[in-house]
Amino acid sequence: MNSKGRGRRRFIKEGATLAGLAVGALRTASGQSAGSETPSEAQTPGFTDTRAYGERSRFETLSRWPIVPKVVTPATPLYLIFTPRTPLQDLKGIITPNPLHYYIDAAAPYPLPDIDPRQYRLAIHGMVDRPLTLTLEELQRLPSVSRICWLECTGNSGARVRNFVEFRDTAGKAHGATSCAEWTGVLLSLLLKECGVQKGASWIYAEGGERARRAKSFQLEKAMDDVIVAYAQNGEGVRPENGYPVRLVVPGWAGHNSVKWLRRIQVVDRPYMAKDDLGFRVGPDGKWSGEREFDPKSLITFPSGGQRLSGPGLYEISGLAWTGAGLIRRVEVTTDGGRTWKDAQLQEPVLSKAHTRFRLPWNWDGEECVIESRCTDEAGRTQMLLSEVRKTWGDNPDSWKSSESPGERFSATQPWKITRDGSVRQAAFGPDMSPPPAPGTRAASPLNLSPGWKDPSCLS
Amino acid sequence: MRSTSNLLVPAITLLSGLFCVAALAQMPTYKVGKPLSDEENRSWATGIGPEGKELPPGSATAKEGKELWMRRCAKCHGVDAKSSMAGSIRPPTPDNNPVLGGEKGLIQSTKYATTIWDIINRAMPLGEEAGSLKAEEVYGATAYLLYLQGIIKENDIMDAKSLPKVQMPHANDDMSPYKRRF
Repeated sequence: MNSKGRGRRRFIKEGATLAGLAVGALRTASGQSAGSETPSEAQTPGFTDTRAYGERSRFETLSRWPIVPKVVTPATPLYLIFTPRTPLQDLKGIITPNPLHYYIDAAAPYPLPDIDPRQYRLAIHGMVDRPLTLTLEELQRLPSVSRICWLECTGNSGARVRNFVEFRDTAGKAHGATSCAEWTGVLLSLLLKECGVQKGASWIYAEGGERARRAKSFQLEKAMDDVIVAYAQNGEGVRPENGYPVRLVVPGWAGHNSVKWLRRIQVVDRPYMAKDDLGFRVGPDGKWSGEREFDPKSLITFPSGGQRLSGPGLYEISGLAWTGAGLIRRVEVTTDGGRTWKDAQLQEPVLSKAHTRFRLPWNWDGEECVIESRCTDEAGRTQMLLSEVRKTWGDNPDSWKSSESPGERFSATQPWKITRDGSVRQAAFGPDMSPPPAPGTRAASPLNLSPGWKDPSCLS
Repeated sequence: MRSTSNLLVPAITLLSGLFCVAALAQMPTYKVGKPLSDEENRSWATGIGPEGKELPPGSATAKEGKELWMRRCAKCHGVDAKSSMAGSIRPPTPDNNPVLGGEKGLIQSTKYATTIWDIINRAMPLGEEAGSLKAEEVYGATAYLLYLQGIIKENDIMDAKSLPKVQMPHANDDMSPYKRRF
């Protein structure tokens, strides 16, 4: 056989291995093997790469961070298994591809729920005239809505949960517990009206169907507004880590309201004080504090921490802005450490409660500078400036780790420092902050660690 | 003709007003789903509210709970519910963010003791066995945690009646560490 034929056969063999098929089966693909061939194999014998569910180019290597290890031992740090984050610094536009959507796995490293959509049931019950259960098929027969909106972890960027203080070197590590997708499903208000909400009801208690059955209460008013019982994420079924087959999507509010693997909605007359309701209190007016929308937030994703500019010249500063109030009205960018600000261009259409991409062409002169973005939303609120926050908590990351610091979702501006060699660094703690530690060395500000807690810097 | 249309307008206004008021209680439009009986409506309510209406029969004291704690809980949460979770499949909790014990821990900040019962019942032990504890075991573990924080005494009986009545130390405290700053 000539070399050409040999080469082609090797390619087919390697292709078959990649596709998980035996070469032997391949040789009989032209109609003789039973059951295992796909239509395109039968049509084009020898063509193994069916691309039935597409793959990206082998040159594309984006991934969430951290990557959950397959084997977890008592020495595995908690952060490695809890919140895989979106690599914001590497994405374009506003849509987060499904495989990169962030998620929280409160029961990691135990397996994610594996819910059979044919067995799935959603119960709407409690203070309703007609409590019922629905199958997924019935849910999909009802009038549907689609909405592009962001989800954000209740602890995203939080200093106390360390992702801002310790893993601060890239946009994704520090702020990546937020993603934006198109969610399709049924409005919760439609389901509640269908069941007939009784007088006196004022809260919703939603519960997930995973083993640990995480639950959450929020106000009925929000449930009757724009909450979606979603069964599709960017066109396809919700991913298992994002709540397959059905999840709640509560636009504009903290992520823990968007209950995954939704099992039931109970209509009640007060917060049910699930684990994530602990912050609720009764105010002096006798009313429950409840949940509310997230404040405006933005960050530059390019150039951002960990990246490098190849030299002076034209670049497009780009980033994302979002707010629980609805629309982003304005994003301003500074390239001189906050002395002057310039309006960036917003990617149209600007969508309510969705990530908004902003862009600003910029000529870098090669000198050291600090860049930062700041947004304003339709409610007239402007993003909190980090320099204001530093007046309270200072420049030392250690002081940020006290339990009085903004431990939960943190929305202050994100400054990045560009040095003369083009490398981009986190500048949150002052212009003189030292670069992130090299792999294998101890972090400059040691954590107050329990025995067995592994130093995160060793794993970067 | 004009007089008729003038009558229609207030009639329509009145009707739409009625619809607005009754919007939440309208008759079903889509007729999907399987209706639940009153019994089923209650049985789906597996979460424990602060009034403790859903608490099942059963009881335990902190003393009884301690035995269970040492056997099944201590390996992750420590014998005093404050120390690291060494030895479990989950890695240790940092010292300054204790899950359970200590000033800023879960037990101190929660407004209701029923929340503790609810969490243990649905989610513990973490993993494949979550939700497998019997009612009296959950009462025991809850009682032991409350006793460790000095909220109840070792021989106080915790059951469906007494648990909702437990006064948590930071119930009315506005400076809860879980207070969120956005």
